[in-house]
Amino acid sequence: MQFLIDNFPLLRSAFLTTLSLAVASGLFALVLGTILAGMRVSPAPTLRGLATFYVEVFRNTPLTVVFFFLFFGIVEIDLQFPSRFIAAVAALGLYTAAFVAEALRSGINAVPTGQAEAARAIGLDFGQSLRTVVLPQAFRTVVPPLGNVWIALAKNTSIAAGFAVTDLTAALQRLANVNADQILMVFFAIVLGYLVITLPSAWAFRAIETRVAIVR
Amino acid sequence: MRITRYAATFAAFGVVLAGCSSEAGNEVEDAAQETQDVAEDVQFDEGTTMAELAESGEITIGTKFDQPGFGLLNPNTEAPEGFDVEIAELIAAELGIAPESINWVETVSANREPFIQNGQVDMVVATYTINDKRKEVVDFAGPYYEAGQDIMVAAGNPEGIEGPEDLAGQKVCSVEGSTPAQNIRDNFPEAELITYDVYSKCADDLANGNVQAVTTDNVILTGLVAGSPDEFELVGNPFTEEPYGIGLEKGDEEFRSFINDVLEESFENGEWAAAWDRTAGAITGEEAPEPPSVDRY
Repeated sequence: MQFLIDNFPLLRSAFLTTLSLAVASGLFALVLGTILAGMRVSPAPTLRGLATFYVEVFRNTPLTVVFFFLFFGIVEIDLQFPSRFIAAVAALGLYTAAFVAEALRSGINAVPTGQAEAARAIGLDFGQSLRTVVLPQAFRTVVPPLGNVWIALAKNTSIAAGFAVTDLTAALQRLANVNADQILMVFFAIVLGYLVITLPSAWAFRAIETRVAIVR
Repeated sequence: MRITRYAATFAAFGVVLAGCSSEAGNEVEDAAQETQDVAEDVQFDEGTTMAELAESGEITIGTKFDQPGFGLLNPNTEAPEGFDVEIAELIAAELGIAPESINWVETVSANREPFIQNGQVDMVVATYTINDKRKEVVDFAGPYYEAGQDIMVAAGNPEGIEGPEDLAGQKVCSVEGSTPAQNIRDNFPEAELITYDVYSKCADDLANGNVQAVTTDNVILTGLVAGSPDEFELVGNPFTEEPYGIGLEKGDEEFRSFINDVLEESFENGEWAAAWDRTAGAITGEEAPEPPSVDRY
């Protein structure tokens, strides 16, 4: 117990780093993923092609490789992120956006075609009907898959530990080596840190799911 | 039919890969042939670890597989090579165990204590720094080598870094969880520390100018400098003492004194220096240092 108290400042800052990594990249992925999903169902073939290309590239590339590219690849063409934290958010967000887009596309496909046709019939253009009619219904059906994506993202943040971001996993490495006699306690503290993020998220997603469920 | 064709393709690919083994690897392999004689008719007291190991005729030893000069896996022989490996073979030889009968297990910094505690290895020779925290869960024979924390900079040393004091205000890279990183954190807080999970990323960041220095044990830096001598150089001013010991199960006094005896003998009869010259010394081109004195605590 004394051990946990002694290392509380490190554990707290590591926890906050993990949480802010997850939240920042989650928001980024949600926005980008929504745009991509919209592009994938759009009538313009160029937009559809671009979005499909993006999704296939990022969905099929290991996250570590995305990290490596953003940290050590783009330097070769004289590009650089202002900080390693932002680079990590970008890597996580770009990667997760592909999964958000796919989850959302399945939701869009679940909205009956008549809805979009009716929206077009009353004079809304493609963007308007997507925003006001299709997407709100799509989001309601994809709460469970988005919950999965979010929890996967929260755990994927641990990759950042290998890229100079002091998150919970980095704290695990640091504490485990310094405290060879307390390894189980270190694991306990770190796992608890992740659970504090993921378990309430799971409950929250279940609550949202019940609340917004479409009664048919 | 199709399956056999695929299998043939894979087999051909495998042959190509196997053919890619390096010249340097073969040279090291040749050098490793000249190892010491294996003792015969060894006698140990009943019930000691030595007696058990000599009886079974084999030993399981943990070492690093990624540390040039100390413990690096040779893909041709599927056995590790380096100074740590030679030291371990010396000890095994005194138990009457030939190098072929040693089971090598890869140990990394984070799993050395658990491997010893769970009995997955009989001993660990893996650039393993002796310290008091670790002594609470395992015992150490040795030290058999005295490493020290040093600094690696870009070739030409553009920032003029001569020692850890010069790191103030500079970005310095190390590995998360390592003792050298903690040392910078505790004793040189003016330096901006950046921690990756492996040193190769630190080397990448030093090469592209994102950090000005990389710090860790000199033996590790030596391996990195040997990899890209045009890009990096070693400051060569060690500022800590990292005694490398041989980790073994806590409380096994007899085994520990046995290993200490073997080490002291090798210091005196020149086998220790010869092992150095064959391995780490061959990379740095430096002569074998004075052997450290064994600490029989």
